[in-house]
Amino acid sequence: MNNHTNNDNVTVRTIDLVQKGLARRYKSEKRFKMIGLCAIIFSLLCLAGLFVSISGSGYTAFLQTKIELDVFLDPSVLNPNNLSGADFHGLVKRSFYNMFPEVKDRREKKKLFSLLSSGATYDLTDFVKANPGKIGETILLWVPADDDVDMLIKGHMNRDLPESERRLDDVQVSWITRLEKQAKIEKKFNTTFFTAGDSREPELAGIWGATCGSFYTLFITLVLSFPIGVAAAVYLEEFARKNRFTDVIEVNINNLAAVPSIVFGLLGLAVFLNFLGLPRSSSLVGGLVLSLMTLPTIIIAGRAALKSVPPSIREAALGVGASKTQMVAHHVLPLAMPGILTGTIIGMARALGETAPLLMIGMVAFIVDIPAGFTDPSTVLPVQIFLWADSPERAFMEKTSAAIMVLLLFLVVMNSAAVFLRKKYEQRW
Amino acid sequence: MKKVLLNVWVLVFIMGVGYVHAKSRDYISIVGSSTVYPFATVVAETFGKTTKFKTPKIESTGSGGGHKLFGSGVGVQYPDITNSSRRIKKSEVEKAAANGINEIVEVKIGYDGIVIANSKKAALMDLSVKDLFLALAASVPNPDGTPTVVPNPYKTWKSINAKLPEIAVEVLGPPPTSGTRDAFVELVMDEGGKKFDFINAMEKTDKKQFKTICRTIREDGAYIEAGENDNLIVQKLEANPNALGIFGFSFLDQNIDKIQGSSIDGVQPVFEAIANGSYPVSRPLLFYVKKAHVDQIPGIREFLKEFTSEKAWGSEGYLTDKGLIPMSADERKKYYDIANNLIPLNPSDL
Repeated sequence: MNNHTNNDNVTVRTIDLVQKGLARRYKSEKRFKMIGLCAIIFSLLCLAGLFVSISGSGYTAFLQTKIELDVFLDPSVLNPNNLSGADFHGLVKRSFYNMFPEVKDRREKKKLFSLLSSGATYDLTDFVKANPGKIGETILLWVPADDDVDMLIKGHMNRDLPESERRLDDVQVSWITRLEKQAKIEKKFNTTFFTAGDSREPELAGIWGATCGSFYTLFITLVLSFPIGVAAAVYLEEFARKNRFTDVIEVNINNLAAVPSIVFGLLGLAVFLNFLGLPRSSSLVGGLVLSLMTLPTIIIAGRAALKSVPPSIREAALGVGASKTQMVAHHVLPLAMPGILTGTIIGMARALGETAPLLMIGMVAFIVDIPAGFTDPSTVLPVQIFLWADSPERAFMEKTSAAIMVLLLFLVVMNSAAVFLRKKYEQRW
Repeated sequence: MKKVLLNVWVLVFIMGVGYVHAKSRDYISIVGSSTVYPFATVVAETFGKTTKFKTPKIESTGSGGGHKLFGSGVGVQYPDITNSSRRIKKSEVEKAAANGINEIVEVKIGYDGIVIANSKKAALMDLSVKDLFLALAASVPNPDGTPTVVPNPYKTWKSINAKLPEIAVEVLGPPPTSGTRDAFVELVMDEGGKKFDFINAMEKTDKKQFKTICRTIREDGAYIEAGENDNLIVQKLEANPNALGIFGFSFLDQNIDKIQGSSIDGVQPVFEAIANGSYPVSRPLLFYVKKAHVDQIPGIREFLKEFTSEKAWGSEGYLTDKGLIPMSADERKKYYDIANNLIPLNPSDL
């Protein structure tokens, strides 16, 4: 009895002890969860801040201020048989001056004409070449305005400041106000931004050249690093004996994955440009350098994916008489493919955002023409962002943000594809 | 699918090998100074749009990097033109000659002013090169007047010069790799140092010591290296009205609603003052052409013609809209002749 009471006492005491500590333990669990939640909220806030600030300053770049010109396609200026030699520049000038007949002074005329972008001439040239039948008629053509006008219309230049403190003087602003009243100046969707190459005139600059360059570069990267990476992963995981030699290789691959990317650029400069003599600034060399950088990522992801295929699959295949090659090609590799592809896409996304190694091989350059092949000089999206961020013209600031938005969109698409592939094809054992 | 992939792979590899045997290049390749870059790119773009030639490719490598690439040899894999915000050095000409480049054409395109600017929210500063030297050098003449140097003790502008405001010395400027920094130390720090007799005397007796005193910028936080991005400096000046920034004139020109250029030795950095040479901190901008490439790469002659035309570099030309300070008509004439007749540089002129 005594013993029993004693025992009871002990039990009661244990429960008491547990209950006493329970509140504290619940609290600490709650705290732990809160810390985790805070970390997530903090990173989401940072991300949201980044997106809001970038899109806030970049969305205006998708619109471009344009001015409507009445152009009389004078047959005495435009000879249909020799359009290349025609004075389109003079035609644009005359048409624009006609809208402001009171401007006579030479200096004033120059100030007036500076409201139009130099792209106006190219637009008119393209229009006439596409429609030679319109010569002799008067046409209405929307041509791009100068970047300073664009900034004023978009509100990045303050009209209330004294004349000396803005890039357009009072007369020019009054001309713009007049155009606004006549509805001859308007913000329109900026197709140039998506179809043109780089330019030093913000209103004529576009990201198509850089996008093409990125495409060619990534194509080379994928075509080289994917087969080599998968082959290396398969060999190391399925065929190689585990000895000191493969250990050394493994350490080296892991090491390479952590090497700063600029080092690959230096290697590319020494090997591909100086030794092999491949063309500088080309997407071919860019792709080669980036595939060196992506290879370790793909090999590591590939090996992890192969490792996650259970040994029973291999044993079953070998058991029914498949050769080792058949076992790998027919069973293990297809099962590991979603994992390998995920790793590849993540590696490619990293390659898409890379600039440092490209600096060394001359891809940080001003290139206007759209690259048409792997050996043409080209640049890539992140380099374009870098170059615009460094340009003095104010209007390039919004272009920079807009280009970042496009790059982020590509990255989001690629990373979602990786998540999608994993969700869709992943096998659970 | 696998076969297609393999074929593509082999194709790309063969293509790569094919290009080992360097083929000809049909566009002009330009490297060099980031200060000349905004002007050269405008000319290149106009050239590409108005002629049958392709648009030249321009890399911004810095003046030193440009001369190194330019001087590595003759052939399509080497650049045809290098931009420079300083004259080519004798050592660079010699190195180029060792690599088979004997004829280099030197063309000056105009001038660039270096401005010391602050936010419009603050008062305009009236500085002298001596003030700037005392504010930025790592070691300065002893304030008690003895001809010795001491580590820079000045914390505020007022302590340097009584008519300057009582605000802390805080200057944002380019890092040592930049050509703007080279020009700044040469034009401001050297000149500021020479205002002290014993340092001025040192230039003749102990040139090395002179350079150490004048060209070492203080590292106690008063001078902040803000990277090569001048836009960033402009933004930081806007946020911090007490700071001054050092950068090229074109950035002041594009941001006159936000920042103002301090006057130096009583002269404000305006277009006319830099053009006529009264503003003390300006430097020439140049480019160098490899004569051996002229008839190998299509379009070089025409590109030179475009660059040296009045509508580009003239006093009303499109380069002045981008902030280039044009040369006098005589100088333009001189360099027009050099560029269009491809008169090579005489190394003994350096």
